[in-house]
Amino acid sequence: MTYHVAVIGGGATGLSTAFWLRHEAKVRVTVIEKGIVGWEASGRNGGGATHAVSPLFAEEQRLWPLMDELLGYPTEYQRQRVRIGLSRRQLDLILEGVTIARRQGFTAHELDNKSLRELVPFVSETAAGGVLLEYGGHANPQRTLQAYAWAVQDLGGDIRQHTTVTGFDLAGGKITGVKTDQGTIGCDAVVIAAGPHLAQLGAQLGLRIPVAAARAEMVVTEPLPLIRFGGADGNGVYGRQTLRGNLAYGGGAHEWIDLPDAKTPKPVNSPVMQSVAKRVFELFPKVAHARVIRSWAGVIENTPDGRPILDRLTGPDNLIVASMSSVGFGLSPASGRALMQLATKGACDFANLSQLKLSRFDTLPPDWQQDAGWVPWSAQETAA
Amino acid sequence: MPAGFDPTSIARKSYPVEETIPLVVIGAGPAGVAAAVEAARLGMRVMLVDEHPVASALMGIDVPWMFGERMSAAVQNQGRMLEQIVAARPDLQAAFDAGVDVRLGVYAWSAFVEGPTSKALPGPMLGLADETRAWFVGFERMIVAAGARDLGLAFQGWDKPGVMGARGFGGAVGLYGAFTGRRIVVLGAGAAGRAVVAQAQAAGIEVTGVVDVAARGAQFTVPVHAGYRITGVLGAEVEGIAIARPDGSGAITLACDTIVLAVDVVPTVEMFDLLGCATIFDGARGGWVPVTNGVRCSRPGIYAAGDCAGISDATLADPAIAIASGIAAARAAAADAGLSVTEDSLAPLTGPDRDPWRRDWLTAHATSADLPICRCEEVPLEDLVGVRPPRYLAYDAEKFANRDLRTLAADGPVNQDQIKRLTRAGMGACQGRRCREQVQSLLAMQGNQATGSVPMPSYRAPLRPLPLSVLAAFEESPEVKENWTAWFGIAAQWTPHWEPVPEGLTYETRWNPGVEE
Repeated sequence: MTYHVAVIGGGATGLSTAFWLRHEAKVRVTVIEKGIVGWEASGRNGGGATHAVSPLFAEEQRLWPLMDELLGYPTEYQRQRVRIGLSRRQLDLILEGVTIARRQGFTAHELDNKSLRELVPFVSETAAGGVLLEYGGHANPQRTLQAYAWAVQDLGGDIRQHTTVTGFDLAGGKITGVKTDQGTIGCDAVVIAAGPHLAQLGAQLGLRIPVAAARAEMVVTEPLPLIRFGGADGNGVYGRQTLRGNLAYGGGAHEWIDLPDAKTPKPVNSPVMQSVAKRVFELFPKVAHARVIRSWAGVIENTPDGRPILDRLTGPDNLIVASMSSVGFGLSPASGRALMQLATKGACDFANLSQLKLSRFDTLPPDWQQDAGWVPWSAQETAA
Repeated sequence: MPAGFDPTSIARKSYPVEETIPLVVIGAGPAGVAAAVEAARLGMRVMLVDEHPVASALMGIDVPWMFGERMSAAVQNQGRMLEQIVAARPDLQAAFDAGVDVRLGVYAWSAFVEGPTSKALPGPMLGLADETRAWFVGFERMIVAAGARDLGLAFQGWDKPGVMGARGFGGAVGLYGAFTGRRIVVLGAGAAGRAVVAQAQAAGIEVTGVVDVAARGAQFTVPVHAGYRITGVLGAEVEGIAIARPDGSGAITLACDTIVLAVDVVPTVEMFDLLGCATIFDGARGGWVPVTNGVRCSRPGIYAAGDCAGISDATLADPAIAIASGIAAARAAAADAGLSVTEDSLAPLTGPDRDPWRRDWLTAHATSADLPICRCEEVPLEDLVGVRPPRYLAYDAEKFANRDLRTLAADGPVNQDQIKRLTRAGMGACQGRRCREQVQSLLAMQGNQATGSVPMPSYRAPLRPLPLSVLAAFEESPEVKENWTAWFGIAAQWTPHWEPVPEGLTYETRWNPGVEE
């Protein structure tokens, strides 16, 4: 066992990649994580696993029901989802997404108000309707991330927490080592799955990886009686009822932020959280009494078109770049397997990743972030 | 070069504030009232916010103090409780007289300030709420005088109705006049226990005894059982308490209807954390406290006064110390606002390291696997130490046989937020009030490390559990409403990723914003 893959980033994508590298490819793997595994947005998000627009969708759907068994630790994965439209227009937008899944052979049932309320009794009599998806689902992000990490360890993988990448050793058009503040890690291939920090790490290799960082936030209530399908959302908020019974929902205005160094600052909440609570209240008026007990925020990255970068480069030719463009958790079982194949075989044999190459951004203007307004904005500076 | 505009981002969105206040004081205890009165006297416009009377539903989940289900039905009458509280805090009259805008029964549930991940705010914002609605005020300076809360420490039976905390007891007897017990046993023979005994005796409540694991307890006029541990609580609700020496000898029971856990109290630092003020663990000041230079916190414009800045045996016995710190904070705030005032210098708090009291208590009581640690989430000691998933989840016990706090510590320094997410300890409706200190101590004890080396688990808004209906009761600005999206507003993210990005696809063409949904 000599082939050694260094995975930079202990989030959902990186840990899943490491898991598949050990479980299926059976190569040597070292995960380099600047903090604690699953600590950033990978471990705190809506937990959704329902991404019909992704070429990894079929694999996502195939793998999730197997993950508890594959990893050996519980992920709290639950099948199916209910999408709720309070208005006809909300319902139409939901059906647009459903159409994309139906074209791929998945099924969904439209629900009138009565049947919707039978499944989700928190909804009001005035909701336009909903859709019960016979696909998709949701899981507990933090528990899943720890499950990945423990599974990697159980399979003999090495996870280095509190280790920051400081540079790369290159020779003959390949990366031969990852330099860290804890010493250099020699390797045969590198997967960079460092989320919002991709741009900085790419720059260390002379690459432009166009991602912009933003903060998004969620709220969580005290536990409520369990509904039949916990993955019920709509009205501009995404989320789920946890298996414990809490309602955990997010959405609304994100804030673009600067990441000046390798650290991720503690993401705080903003008044937007009150607007999230307002939409959960509108979605579930029958549980208006439920108390919000917590909120949180996370930092995610987006590419200019909002789509992933899953690409093995030609220079250095043993470098794999991975950004899921803010939608990484749910797809992680499949993205990790795809990245495992890119790292060990050079190509993915189960999904069409042709549109997800880094080179699609080669002609992007240098000021793309400014042009898009994907930069920090200050009310105080604007006023001054 | 003009930047583009992302309509779904926080840019150009306004979150209305009802007014902007030069100085907000959080907490109307001795320090907060003194601060508000002094600042008003110096010519500042001051709002003084205090959550009492809190909703009886919050009392039922031990928020903000451990009320232990020992509050009478009178607390459901908020109007009456308001009168009771004004009567119980005569110094409030001075605040009214000084023209302070006094808000009682108002929760300070959030504070939003500029920071590395938050630049868009028009200025510092304080989230307030009552039982019907939530709103924001802007503020220029804030004196946090949030007091102290109860230190939860487990023993067999501490989850039964009738077990309350020192602050909960003080509130029930003093502030609310709504205590239903008649006969108490006090746990803790230190300054917090002494204060409880004194207050009970003044109110004509019988004190059967005082129990402490440590050999301390001079200065009591009631029987003290020093060097004892709790072996159980009698009754489905408290009817008595069984105690014994650590070797099992000397077992006796003490009759009581209420047990007051008064080993210590804890500075209430949640607001400092939300404000991004630095905190440190200082055992001599009662645990996590704000880093201060005098009364000034690490963030300009934020000041700490009273127990939330740190406690000592002296502060627990003498409110004059809190009052002096409140006045000092007001003068500092006034000076920073450009007023010509003489600033006070305060003597630093001194006293013994209080951290060993927690450790000694836990060493004596964390002896059985089933000891309840997190009551909201029903996490017993063995599940905390074993980093086990909650009981409602099926898991492979064999896999977990090789996993516990020590193996987790071997992977990197243990972080309490990580333990919360894995075991759910501290994730419940009481917002971790009853278990966060003892979980921290247990983690430190497992790892043979200093208590303060376990990072403080983060506090998040809302600082009080608020109903969805209350948080929802505000008028949202039109630009927030019109450009609301569940997730960014990047149109190409929502079309098939195996096809090229469609020509002409934009946020506007896809979502047609402005159409009423």
